[in-house]
Amino acid sequence: MTVLSHPAQHQGADVVSTVKIENLSHSYGRGSMRRQVLQSVDLQIAAGEVVLLTGPSGCGKTTLLTLIGALRQVQQGDVLVFGQQLQGAGRGQRQLLRRRIGMIFQGHNLLRCLTAEQNVQMGADLLEGFSYRGRRDQAREWLRAVGLEDHLSKLPQDLSGGQKQRVAIARALAARPQLLLADEPTAALDSGTGREVVELLKRLAREQACSVLMVTHDPRILDVADRLVKMEDGRLLQAVE
Amino acid sequence: MSGRFLSGRGIPLASLMLVRQPVRLAVALAGISFAGILMFMQLGFRDGLFDASVTVHRLFDADIVLISPRSTSSVSMAGFPRRRLVQTMALPEVEGITPVHWNLLLWRNPKTRGTRSILALGFEPGDPLFVDPTLAPKAQVLTQKGRVLFDEKSRPEFGPVADWFRAGRTVESEISGQRVRVAGLIELGSSFGADGNLLTSSETFLELLPNTPPGSIEVGLVRLQQGTDAEAVVEKLNALLPEDVTVLTKQGFIDFEQNYWRTSTSIGFIFTLGAAMGFVVGCVIVYQVLYSDVSDHLPEYATLMAMGYKLRTLLGVVVREGLLLALFGYLPAYAAGQGLYLLVRSATALPVAMDFSRAMTVFSMILVMCMASAGLAMRRLVDADPAEIF
Repeated sequence: MTVLSHPAQHQGADVVSTVKIENLSHSYGRGSMRRQVLQSVDLQIAAGEVVLLTGPSGCGKTTLLTLIGALRQVQQGDVLVFGQQLQGAGRGQRQLLRRRIGMIFQGHNLLRCLTAEQNVQMGADLLEGFSYRGRRDQAREWLRAVGLEDHLSKLPQDLSGGQKQRVAIARALAARPQLLLADEPTAALDSGTGREVVELLKRLAREQACSVLMVTHDPRILDVADRLVKMEDGRLLQAVE
Repeated sequence: MSGRFLSGRGIPLASLMLVRQPVRLAVALAGISFAGILMFMQLGFRDGLFDASVTVHRLFDADIVLISPRSTSSVSMAGFPRRRLVQTMALPEVEGITPVHWNLLLWRNPKTRGTRSILALGFEPGDPLFVDPTLAPKAQVLTQKGRVLFDEKSRPEFGPVADWFRAGRTVESEISGQRVRVAGLIELGSSFGADGNLLTSSETFLELLPNTPPGSIEVGLVRLQQGTDAEAVVEKLNALLPEDVTVLTKQGFIDFEQNYWRTSTSIGFIFTLGAAMGFVVGCVIVYQVLYSDVSDHLPEYATLMAMGYKLRTLLGVVVREGLLLALFGYLPAYAAGQGLYLLVRSATALPVAMDFSRAMTVFSMILVMCMASAGLAMRRLVDADPAEIF
């Protein structure tokens, strides 16, 4: 699988952590409606590390994920992704940064009007310097890697939940991210399928030397993590090794 | 990135989004086509009216036309002294003149005996009248009294004159209570002002209308030496002739007639309003379709933004959807427009035809309609917040 190998992608990655968060605070609303969701959060994710983030719902996990994913403006504190400061980063800078971050959502969020292959290619299309044919071939290889080579031209509506989530993983990885953010990727899946999907995700991320930050409630998949981080009321608790 | 969608090297997201929702696409195309057909019809009628009002005007062999200042249009031509036309001969640029009598007369349908208004032109059979050279030999028969040349393109309400004449029958009828015989057929065409036309000699014309003041004509045709500037001669004639005559170039004469229909009647306004309504209806439909399309796909657009696609790229998708709708909505409208024009031509004998400029006008209206709707629908896209999809 030549497509999946990435020479020289992580030059200097040992020096700079993939994610480095210091004293991050975030709140929603104004005045009396103001609600603090993150309080002085510190977190580091090293290159190639798989980190699982757990905690009760409403504790700020998703907010943290959207801040790292450059989907939200950082209010207070420092968020460095690939060494780039997100505090005060503009729309264009965040958009460029997002191209290096893969995202997998609770729902699969596939484009309904595109086939599995085309969906994955939407990810591959973010890469520059490949011909249309080259990008299509990569999309096919990724679908083969997630075991869906027989479902290339199926629409999302004709795929099962597990298959859709595997397409979503292929799409996220096709853009060759250095960081993968996953928000409860197993929420819509039964336990067996969920386990399969997460292991696939971990294996492929490993091959890419891609860091993973995964939010999950699912206790059955906690063991795939290199490190487990617990969160409560907007604060990170002591890291559990 | 945005270029990829335009160059076709990427996934054709716009067309896929449209095609994978066939019902919505069909509704959109039907709506756009309907709006296009409406615009084609209204503008066609309007232009057809203006064209038809000058069917005869265009045919005259003249560079300069004299009319009475009291004339307002082809349906109410007033007389002016014939000697004014003769006076133009004083200018060396003038090569020849043709005095023409012009009036609407009552023609009796030889079959049903009903009467109907017909435009009658009277001239000296030897004088050049129309640019068409085939008229001159036919006109010789008019030297006999009581003979007319009948326009075979006149509306059928005037009777089966042309058919009977071709079948070799002697076609006789009455004009203003006087017997006339059809001595030949000509091709002019009906207009909004006149449903039919006939030509006759000045002598016959004056017999049909005995109350015409002596020496009075309604239209004076002036032909100039080749290469003469008609505008300059009009200036000279205006200075030379008294106020009881209006001097126009041939184009001015055509404009004079069209201007009457445009400004003194509500017809132009009505048809333009009709076309505008088609435009508005189309706008509403396309906007509705594009807006709901964008709304439905909002989470998907947000996903693409989260993946790192630029907002501009996604706006480009909406623009392409608008362009595709415009193009594929226009084609059936164009085809239907052609068909309807054919129908109108055969039913009303009005010169309504698809011309390039109208085809382009309607296409640009549809394009504007789709692009404006796309522009409005895009505002919804700006609402797509990638942070909301987690």
